[in-house]
Amino acid sequence: MLNLFKKKQDNLPDFWKEYETKFQEKLPKEIAETRFVVFDTETTGFDIKKDRMLSIGAVAIKNKSINIADGFEEYISQETFNPKTVKIHGIIQNERIETLSEEEAVKTFLKYIGNSVLVAHHAGFDVGMINEALSRMGLPKLKNKVLDTVNLYRGTRIISNLINREKSYSLDEIAETYNIDTKDRHTAAGDAFITAIAFLTILGKLNNDGKINLKKLFRV
Amino acid sequence: MKNTIASRIADFLKNYPPFNLLKKEDLLMISKQVKVKYLEKGKLLFAEGDIGHKRFYVVNKGAISLERDNEGKRETIDKCDEGDIFGLRPLFAKENYLINAIAEEETILYAIPIKKFKPLTEENKEVGNFLIQSFASNTRNPYAEAHKGKLISEKEPVENQYQPNNNLFELQPAPVTRKVVMTSPETTIKAAAQLMSKKKVGSVLVVEENIPKGIVTDEDFRDMVATGAFGIETEVSKIMASPVICYPQGLTIAQAQLTMMKHHINHICITEDGTPNTKVVGILSEHDIMVSEGHNPSVLMKAIQRSSSTNELKKIRHKITLLLRGFLAVNIPLNHISKIIFELNDATIKRIIERCIKKLPTPPPCDFTWISLGSQGRKEQLLQTDQDNALIFEDVPEEKLEETRTYFLELARKVNKRLNIIGYEFCPAEMMAKNPKYCLSLNEWKDQFTNWIIDPGNDEILLCSIFFDFDISYGNVNLSNALADHIFSLTKENRKFYAVMGATTLRNPSPLGFFRQFLLEENGENKDFFDIKKRGITPLTDAGRLLILYHQVKNISNTAERFEKLAQLEPNNKELFLACAYASKVLLKFRTQHGLENRNSGRFIDLENLSKEEKIKLKRCFKSIRQVQELIKYRFEVTPYI
Repeated sequence: MLNLFKKKQDNLPDFWKEYETKFQEKLPKEIAETRFVVFDTETTGFDIKKDRMLSIGAVAIKNKSINIADGFEEYISQETFNPKTVKIHGIIQNERIETLSEEEAVKTFLKYIGNSVLVAHHAGFDVGMINEALSRMGLPKLKNKVLDTVNLYRGTRIISNLINREKSYSLDEIAETYNIDTKDRHTAAGDAFITAIAFLTILGKLNNDGKINLKKLFRV
Repeated sequence: MKNTIASRIADFLKNYPPFNLLKKEDLLMISKQVKVKYLEKGKLLFAEGDIGHKRFYVVNKGAISLERDNEGKRETIDKCDEGDIFGLRPLFAKENYLINAIAEEETILYAIPIKKFKPLTEENKEVGNFLIQSFASNTRNPYAEAHKGKLISEKEPVENQYQPNNNLFELQPAPVTRKVVMTSPETTIKAAAQLMSKKKVGSVLVVEENIPKGIVTDEDFRDMVATGAFGIETEVSKIMASPVICYPQGLTIAQAQLTMMKHHINHICITEDGTPNTKVVGILSEHDIMVSEGHNPSVLMKAIQRSSSTNELKKIRHKITLLLRGFLAVNIPLNHISKIIFELNDATIKRIIERCIKKLPTPPPCDFTWISLGSQGRKEQLLQTDQDNALIFEDVPEEKLEETRTYFLELARKVNKRLNIIGYEFCPAEMMAKNPKYCLSLNEWKDQFTNWIIDPGNDEILLCSIFFDFDISYGNVNLSNALADHIFSLTKENRKFYAVMGATTLRNPSPLGFFRQFLLEENGENKDFFDIKKRGITPLTDAGRLLILYHQVKNISNTAERFEKLAQLEPNNKELFLACAYASKVLLKFRTQHGLENRNSGRFIDLENLSKEEKIKLKRCFKSIRQVQELIKYRFEVTPYI
């Protein structure tokens, strides 16, 4: 058994090993020192197995600021024709955007995220999409810790019988509450940026006692 | 790589100087280097004496207050809103910051790296000049609209600030402009007019070696040039008014106004010794006085009613806060303050609703009432807190009901959003008119209250207590009156309801015992904060509401006014009720002052920082709370187990 496991390890490509090594380093305790990668995927649909990613957009946050220079925006070329991809193909062709194969895109994404904490709105879906792509490449799942802004936002709401806390808040609702401009809504990078601002605002609200740290954030 | 986010940042920046002067590709290059920074309300970005950051800042959302320490007191020098730049010092000098920058509200900043930006300022002269002027004058935007049409292009910021310590507006020093537009007596009328039009001012001072010789105004051009009396090649000395009315520095607004009235002039020249024989120091114009008078309630009221954008209203709201600060500083009675602030808040809400109705494609399908709940409903909202509101619309035929609701929900969504932008945070319990639960027809509201009152559980009582304190903000008063009548018919002699409500009122017992302990432990270690809302204000508000409901009195929602009314209705309890009215005002003032000092809701008070006098004052208030709670306990037969 042990041998088999080891053998599998050996077969993994270098970029994956590199990615894995980054996790030997422990995450910092303080939020200010932690690198968060807020990301979003644009897809052909909502079926994790059948649908494919069209683009991945992400921004990195450290010490309560989004560093625009440390951003990620890649478009993925589609192997099979899908009517849902027509619109984005149009954009790609018109603006002459370079596209990557799914493998290449995921590979650069892994390099970009490292061991950062991932943040996404309805994170389960976006992480699922990436994991499916990884499995098509014969690779294990993402190893990063993940935060979901739906869940975090819920944590900012008061505990009251008068409101339904279990409600699943959409990105639009959160943007309206925090008065965030939703201009580039429905592009992966645009949504990632909106989510990042929402995430920063939520952190501010959750930190009303000034004592929040990474550990507590995962418990919200 | 495509740059969706950087392009969006460029899209924002390009609307504001100096970024509007940059080439498109330079702007995009800078945008790629931006850091988007989030600041919590009250957060210090940099302090006086701090080493200059590697970046300067542009406000994307929110507001930054630039402050200077002046003999231990923080003085606001400037307030930066959307699109304003600040923190430029490191761009020009390797000195430390001379001011403090604090987030006045939750703020998002774009931080721009100086290293990347500096080459652009050297390359593009216009950009460089803008920044130098902006930096030197301390005005963020020397080209701003507000600076047009005055005899100046820049102002000394310190003298212009509203000084809450000074007693009356009229006794404050008048705003003096240092940079005076001047010309020589030999200049032609044409050249003088060109100068004035270039500097966008209404008058020019004629000087010889900086000694004032005369003044020429727009009016002189009209009366003496346009009439044909003088040609445009004539020297200005032929038409100037002379001698110039001069005064020394330190003129108060009242003196300046009187002088202008007496001499029928609208500019006063300030010279070194106050005579026309010494050098010009500055100039004082009627217009500047009017602008600085912006903190006067009637001016603010007019400004609200004429406002044509949400941003404008937001700026007015800031002035209202300054006015409040000034009022509290000079100890104007609280009921007077509350009334003025309430009226201004109320006018703001009305203005927003008015504007939102116009934004919708069709007028309202039927009559409606916008009601404010909670503290605004009680006219006790001095600091900006959350927004609580609801909407009642006229009864419509069943088949039209949902269509009508859809219209009003859309209206409410717009109004709630704008109230949020100007500073009323969304109600965390979603008690807002945009919530379909609180946007109902009159009949639906009646049913709602019937359910709450007939079967009062904890949630129902909470809802009742919020909704009983309503005040009509906009619309048809008959609708809210009909609802009030319905409530009274349900609560009349309803002992069960009073008992439950009484129990809720007593839920927060008087903090007297607890507080007395604190008084004894003056040197103790207990540094816990005191929740003045929960322990002081809420019990009194609850008591006043219950008792006024018991007497079926309509249209009084202010707690102090309720107790004053109760004192009339029950002469035998007059003393207690008047004490409660007094206590309610004291606690509210306490909270407001505290909130202004700490830029928060003022709810939590650090007992250690209170003077002995303040503690005694609070203690007296709590005594009244205990007594009125006793009265409620006996009157409504409140049993502890409910």
